[in-house]
Amino acid sequence: MGRTLAEKVWEQHVVRRAEGEPDLLYIDLHLVHEVTSPQAFDGLRMAGRKVRRPDLTIATEDHNVPTLVGPITDPVSKTQVETLRKNCAEFGVRLHPMGDAGQGVVHIIGPQFGLTQPGMTIVCGDSHTSTHGAFGGIAFGIGTSEVEHVLATQTLPAYRPKTMAIEVSGELPDGVTAKDLILAIIAKIGTGGGQGYIVEYRGEAIRKLSMEGRMTVCNMSIEAGARAGMIAPDETTFAYLKGRPHAPSGDAWDAAVEYWKSLATDEDAVFDTVVEIDASTLTPFVTWGTNPGQGAPLGTAVPDPEATDDPAAARRALEYMGLTPGTPLREVAVDTVFVGSCTNGRLEDLRAAAEVLRGRRVVTRTLIVPGSMLVKLQAEQEGLHEVFKAAGAEWREAGCSMCLGMNPDTLAPGERSASTSNRNFEGRQGKGGRTHLVSPAVAAATAVTGKLTAPADLA
Amino acid sequence: MDAFTTHTGRAVPLRRSNVDTDQIIPAVWLKQVSRTGFDKGLFSAWREDPGFVLNQPAHQGASILVSGPDFGTGSSREHAVWALQQYGFRVVIAARFGDIFRNNSTKMGLLPVVLPAETVEALQTAVEADPALEVTVDLGERQVRWGGEAAGFEIDDYTRWRLMEGLDDIGLTLRNADDIAVYENGRQPWLPTTV
Repeated sequence: MGRTLAEKVWEQHVVRRAEGEPDLLYIDLHLVHEVTSPQAFDGLRMAGRKVRRPDLTIATEDHNVPTLVGPITDPVSKTQVETLRKNCAEFGVRLHPMGDAGQGVVHIIGPQFGLTQPGMTIVCGDSHTSTHGAFGGIAFGIGTSEVEHVLATQTLPAYRPKTMAIEVSGELPDGVTAKDLILAIIAKIGTGGGQGYIVEYRGEAIRKLSMEGRMTVCNMSIEAGARAGMIAPDETTFAYLKGRPHAPSGDAWDAAVEYWKSLATDEDAVFDTVVEIDASTLTPFVTWGTNPGQGAPLGTAVPDPEATDDPAAARRALEYMGLTPGTPLREVAVDTVFVGSCTNGRLEDLRAAAEVLRGRRVVTRTLIVPGSMLVKLQAEQEGLHEVFKAAGAEWREAGCSMCLGMNPDTLAPGERSASTSNRNFEGRQGKGGRTHLVSPAVAAATAVTGKLTAPADLA
Repeated sequence: MDAFTTHTGRAVPLRRSNVDTDQIIPAVWLKQVSRTGFDKGLFSAWREDPGFVLNQPAHQGASILVSGPDFGTGSSREHAVWALQQYGFRVVIAARFGDIFRNNSTKMGLLPVVLPAETVEALQTAVEADPALEVTVDLGERQVRWGGEAAGFEIDDYTRWRLMEGLDDIGLTLRNADDIAVYENGRQPWLPTTV
């Protein structure tokens, strides 16, 4: 019997397999940021251990960093960032600090440097590590104990998850994006639908996505409960990687591509579960509740809780969100629009927002936060920042920003956002804040009208 | 970590689904660089409501949390586990858990117990009827017992052994340092380094 992409990559990384034990898995790349690492470095120090492979480890500052130019004013955030700097210096780990041209959100900089490649195992103390699976590797989030484990051993003990195929047939209609697709998938399978699985996204609609769109899809795998999502590498992947600073070159490139091509799931491989979605039926998708599975097409209305799978949760969510069943989603007024995050903070996302905002004015507070300093530079080289500023939006420095509000970018209690980030949990963007997850195009159109809006609705 | 064999204590019913880790410990608490002091952050937004179940006098001192399905979804923050432990919980019972949360729990000695949804509800109902009800979670027998009832749960042998012995994962892995070195010598030559 043939093997799936996930099975091939997993097998390639098994250091040790013993009856009755989890596999010991080698980790090719360990991404580190300031929030989930301090206690792990402390653990190393207490045990007298060193970082086994600093050359397979890279760190950045992202969660706490302010997106307005200037130093960190919150003393607790400042201490956390300074702790990362101290730890990286002591243990010999490459760090991209605030102000550095390579700084950015951890899941944006890996691909940008060409460090994220097909067939690799990649971990980070962050659940959105699933992003990197877009290149055809196994990438998943870990907790701080496991961060310490990887720092010390470059391995992790783990049981191989089951395999799920999400087959996306057809083509996404015009105006429907990777974000709409993944929100629709999560609404279909639920926040627990992927628990215990590595998801492989397959089918015509996936093949036609850019690498940036594929990263958006894989990024939110965790929102469906799956630790990892992946997409088989193809010419789109190779074209994205070629020439990047850490991508192979010369003969090594040819050897790598030959190997990468062998990773695709075999014709006769069998998945534990298969889910099918027809992309051609999709429309712009938004969330109405307080978990990413509580979403609906923008053209519909706030649902009746009794008609949902979990009425008690839906009632609670609508109360928190201040929404009434039956209200058309297009009538929901928002105060703030956020474009950014590891889900939608890449150049293509900023282009999509700029296309809508060109020649228009925003009526909401609108934050445009590039995912990395390189994305910022590239956007400015294309003049996107001028489009945003002319529209009345704020053009910021790179960071996680309002995705989780660990820096000063937060919602006030009761304030409502349309956000291109990944989580609409209670208080996620600030205590009492209300979040609607949307695509960059819908975010921009919403900023223009002040209500949840698709670009096609604009005159 | 502390070894876990058998624990007997009182339980708190949390009748909510999708209790994500942002609720368990909001992001503002994650700025700390130590492993301690997270008990105050546990469910800090929900605890502002005097009616919230953790605020009820009858449930003070409880050490077993009995939640709705999909407990611990979302963020990988291990701080969620630390907050639960530092507040006094030794066990969380639910029908489904977020994968990363469950993994983090077993690294720290907080026992995640999966029971069928109807069993979880029966236990919640029993605790609501009698908040002083003693609940025993027996990892050796893989069983939860309360008021004459008993429910078995599954956990793989390896994780169970590690929890019962209170073993440090890193120490276990380093016993196989030779295997790691051998593997490293055979890695594909084009794989990137960060230097």
